[in-house]
Amino acid sequence: MTEPLVRIESVSKHFGIVQAVDQVSLQIDRGEFFALLGPSGCGKTTLMRLLAGFEAPDTGRIFIDGEDMKDVPPYRRPVNMMFQSYALFPHMSVARNIGFGLLQQGLPRAEIDTRVADLLRLVRLEGYGERRPDQLSGGQKQRVALARALAPRPKLLLLDEPLAALDRKLREETQFELMHVQRDLGIAFMVVTHDQDEAMAMAQRIALMRAGCIEQIGDARSIYEEPQTLFVAEFIGEINLFDANIVASDAGPRVIGVGPLQFSFAAPAGMPAGFAKVAVRPERMVMSHLRTACAAEGEGIIADHAWLGDISVWRVSMGDGRIVRVSRGNAEAGAVFSRGDRVFVGFDPASARVLAS
Amino acid sequence: MNRRIGAHHIAALVAGFAFLYVPIALLILYSFNASRLVTVWGGFSTRWYGELLQNEQLLSSVWISLRVALLSGAFSAILGTCAAYALVRAGRFRGRTIFSALLYSPMIMPEVIVGLALLLFFVAIGLERGFWTVVIAHTTVGMCFATVVIHARLAEFDRSLEEAAMDLGATPATTFRTVTLPICAPAIVAAFLLAFTISLDDFVLASFTAGTGSTTLPMRIYSQVRLGVSPQINAISTLMIAAVAVMLCVAYFAIGRKGRAPAA
Repeated sequence: MTEPLVRIESVSKHFGIVQAVDQVSLQIDRGEFFALLGPSGCGKTTLMRLLAGFEAPDTGRIFIDGEDMKDVPPYRRPVNMMFQSYALFPHMSVARNIGFGLLQQGLPRAEIDTRVADLLRLVRLEGYGERRPDQLSGGQKQRVALARALAPRPKLLLLDEPLAALDRKLREETQFELMHVQRDLGIAFMVVTHDQDEAMAMAQRIALMRAGCIEQIGDARSIYEEPQTLFVAEFIGEINLFDANIVASDAGPRVIGVGPLQFSFAAPAGMPAGFAKVAVRPERMVMSHLRTACAAEGEGIIADHAWLGDISVWRVSMGDGRIVRVSRGNAEAGAVFSRGDRVFVGFDPASARVLAS
Repeated sequence: MNRRIGAHHIAALVAGFAFLYVPIALLILYSFNASRLVTVWGGFSTRWYGELLQNEQLLSSVWISLRVALLSGAFSAILGTCAAYALVRAGRFRGRTIFSALLYSPMIMPEVIVGLALLLFFVAIGLERGFWTVVIAHTTVGMCFATVVIHARLAEFDRSLEEAAMDLGATPATTFRTVTLPICAPAIVAAFLLAFTISLDDFVLASFTAGTGSTTLPMRIYSQVRLGVSPQINAISTLMIAAVAVMLCVAYFAIGRKGRAPAA
């Protein structure tokens, strides 16, 4: 087992009475694209600043490449950061911005020039070397910031909300560009973001944070399909949550639906008795004008229908006024549903997650 | 809103500007007067400017004033930078409110009182009044203005620029030299020019704190006017107005540059 690139061991950090990071442990591998995802104020930015060395942990230890980072100032860490505001030096040209880190390393002028030229090519900004940052567009600034952070060849690149300041079209393009650069250079990237789509599209592994703690770490698919807590289920994507009771029976514990949908199926192993929530993604819901063949089923009236291009979303109002969301790809064949239709909605227990509430 | 500009608006504007600038315009005009009589126009001439160059007393005062202004401007800029840095960067240290109040109070205190206080102080500590006491007096007032100007710049300074520099391997000292200082430079230059200008036209503080052989230009002008106005005074005053105007323009553009500079 080789040493991971980054090893964070039960690190905590508080500001005043706010516990920004609470007993967090995680590892990042060499060459990995890692994402820290969470709502604002969840401590993800603090965790990144702890890695960069701008903050010191109250307790716990951080190792980068096997070396304890305690007492190592930011300017001696093999880590570079791309700031959310880009933080380009306004009084320096693009080339001098990119070469700043190389100058600090004491490289000879000629080598700095060569490497700056290489980096300008990498981010497709050849010929922009003599411009000033205020003469660049948002997307160009973002690429200069990336090149500047990559220049000293860090072992780990930290990216703070790298796409937040870009408009929608540019964001997707830049997202793929970042992935290419990361793959070509083999440098580990850690992206901090509040945007789940961004994290899921780019990262090999995602750590979802809430209130200073890590809720779940895994790849995009497992975080989306197998949420381990209610928070993860609700934070990532859309989801229907049904109230349920877990009760003991002769054949082991069972999940019994309370509310608009009737269901009863065997509980997954290890669930304690008591209240629970059954989480089902809208695209896993089955909807029909006739009775469905699902083990869980209820009846309602379509209250709203939204056509979103790639998918359609229906909101079905159940007998007790609760809303169930159902979605379906518009390319799929099937019955036509409209507002006011009386329909049956249901799900297959295999596509549901039972979560303690 | 497209309001019509009526005749009464223009009249008010003209009256306002006249109130402010007619005396100065007259002074400049009469500096080019060929007549010895200050109030009678005798045709255009630059003769008084020529005579000015022969007046050694006046010229030595100009020289003293320039040296005082340069030195007190420089001290003001340095001290102002330190004070502004403490106010913006040292956090909420004990006595911060008192510190800033004490810093800014010489700005609003009557100059006569500041001058008198300084005079009593210099006498009390036995410091002989002369060139350096004027420099000290001008620095006390100049650094307040310098602090205000630099404080404004530093307060809007994006700290992530410094973090970025350190992240890229620059030590705190290198970061200050290569990032903080160059970005704050326009404000520091503006602060210097402001303090320079204040020193150049100060009369009250200088007359309290100057000694023999350190008579500044405003003091010289005042004493000469008491003996009767010579058109030479008009000439030297015109030159002073020109110098101050140039300084203020440079200061304005130095501050103005910051508006476009911050990292967006």
